[in-house]
Amino acid sequence: MRHPLLKLIAIRYKEFIREPGIVFWTIIFPILMAWGLGMAFTGNGDLPTSIALIESQHTTNNTFQEFLESASTQTNEEGNTFFAKKLDNEELGTSTFHFYPTDSAGAVQMLKQGKSQLTLKEKPDSLIYIFDPHNSEAKLAYLVLNAAIENKQTRHTMAEIRPLTTVGTRYIDFLVPGLLALGVMNSFLWGISYALIDMRVKKLMRRLVATPMKKSHFLISHFFARISLAFVEAFILIGFSKYFFDIKLEGSWVAFFLIFLAGNLAFTGIGVLISSRTSNSRVGTGLINVISLPMTILSGIFFSYHNFPDSIVKIIELLPLTILADNIRSVFIEGAGVVQVLPGTIILTSLGLVLFTIGLRIFKWY
Amino acid sequence: MSEHVIEVKEVTKTFKEVTAVNNLSMKVQKGEYLALLGPNGAGKTTLVEMIEGLQEPSQGHISILNTNWAKDPKTLSHALGISLQETRFIDKLTVFETLDLFASFYQTPTSRVKEIIALIRMDEKAGSFVVNLSGGQRQRLALGIALLNKPQILMLDEPTTGLDPNSRRELWDILLDLKKEGNTTMILTTHYMEEASTLCDKIVIMDQGEILAEGSLEELLANNNTGEIIEYSVNMAEKNNSPEFAPEFELLHNHWEPATGKGRLVVKDIVSAIPNVLHELRANYELRSFECRKMTLDDLFVSMTGRKLSD
Repeated sequence: MRHPLLKLIAIRYKEFIREPGIVFWTIIFPILMAWGLGMAFTGNGDLPTSIALIESQHTTNNTFQEFLESASTQTNEEGNTFFAKKLDNEELGTSTFHFYPTDSAGAVQMLKQGKSQLTLKEKPDSLIYIFDPHNSEAKLAYLVLNAAIENKQTRHTMAEIRPLTTVGTRYIDFLVPGLLALGVMNSFLWGISYALIDMRVKKLMRRLVATPMKKSHFLISHFFARISLAFVEAFILIGFSKYFFDIKLEGSWVAFFLIFLAGNLAFTGIGVLISSRTSNSRVGTGLINVISLPMTILSGIFFSYHNFPDSIVKIIELLPLTILADNIRSVFIEGAGVVQVLPGTIILTSLGLVLFTIGLRIFKWY
Repeated sequence: MSEHVIEVKEVTKTFKEVTAVNNLSMKVQKGEYLALLGPNGAGKTTLVEMIEGLQEPSQGHISILNTNWAKDPKTLSHALGISLQETRFIDKLTVFETLDLFASFYQTPTSRVKEIIALIRMDEKAGSFVVNLSGGQRQRLALGIALLNKPQILMLDEPTTGLDPNSRRELWDILLDLKKEGNTTMILTTHYMEEASTLCDKIVIMDQGEILAEGSLEELLANNNTGEIIEYSVNMAEKNNSPEFAPEFELLHNHWEPATGKGRLVVKDIVSAIPNVLHELRANYELRSFECRKMTLDDLFVSMTGRKLSD
């Protein structure tokens, strides 16, 4: 343990373990995110849909009144009374609706606050559904409600609807590979870039290079410690998702290893380049955010980027985080093997090497 | 082979518009403790960092131990012990671990780390995280790191700035002990006159990138001090014209601040000056304070530059 390189690596680990904040953000937080989002969007959980209801004084709409009378009256935590109604639909499963009686202004307010996505307005002889046709949740609520109130089924044709519960096609199956990729990016940009900038700000870097320490040892220690931690972080998240959501890696583990390592290399290059000149931690934080925020949003981590216009999708597909997330996802849910991830692996590795070399050329040690 | 451990020859360092060090030459002998004394911005740190190999001179040449940084960086990095201005080490590393890390770069054994911990008087703090150390303890740790490799040349950049008098004294004691062993040459930058005079054989006074004066404390005072000091203050409520002294004594320097009513005179012969000065002040002003003393390095600096060391 007297070799300077081993000492430097050991210090990286000690710093990591001794800072509870770092452990939380790099290990616990992704798991909480997977758990929270997975529960919210994947489970068979019966989340009630809230509807703003504007009742009419002079209604002759007996069908709807009967429908409402069959609902149970409840009070929510804020003390508002509402009608709860559980609907069984042959094709779409069970859904619960909460109807909050209000006026037009109240309905608009609920909509603005995101408390309801659909307003039901009662007319003396009809019902008006007010909702954004681009909002798929509201559209679905409309279909189910309309069918129930009119007392008919949604099925008019021979078509059949099957809820997605198969492993590999759920939201959590989409999410976890994305979180793995996101974890790599954050781990390297904050763990390498920020750490290097911080050492430069503290003048520790110039103190270190004033000793006979080899600069290569210094950089290798950062890289090695980070990569090993990235693998640990990844396996903890995969283990959790396997245990909790029964996630499966359909493709080859070797392919996963290759693309993951390539992602590590790519973000090491980006990390070193970002940190090569800056000696101000606020500028550093800004730089890291400028690079990481757009990718977090665009690269299809939490939702598919295919909803963006085609011209933008072409650009998004070139982002390193997109390449990494898409490839990890293809290994996890499409069963991709080494051959399928090879192009992505080569692109990310080359990107990493090129950026690392540039970063090192212009690196400010003093 | 020259007896000089360090030789700085006509060195200039410019940053864009600013000239930090201006055509400066200096020699340091083996075993000498040298203080670079000057206010902030005098160019002390730039000069020191050029000797440490952290910056390159724009012009001129620096030779250390008969070699230089371009020729033999390995020898020099092993021969020098450095404490930079305000280095912060890794927060969540203990004192022992920090020293041990640096020791591994020099390939010095762990026994040396223990020696250093005793030398910097931090036995009780060896297991504490760096983040929990006081300012004085941090500076002692920085000094300990600088001493790990038993350096021939020790470079300390403002080692006691911001410390309380006790902590400063503790650090001085360590350096004075080291001086007794006589193997180390030291360059120390400071803006505390007392530090320079307590620790160092030779004092170099710097301002605006140039050397104003150099020599031992006695030499400096003897060569540059041709007088003694009278300081006084008067009530400015009634008058605001400056005091005028009859030419019956030799006045070397007359400094007057109308805003505060404070004055400062440097006189050749204090015995002949005092009655005249007192007479003038008493006759025309309400005298508040009056003080006579010998010249110090601080006064010397003020009379050379018109500014105080602590500015």
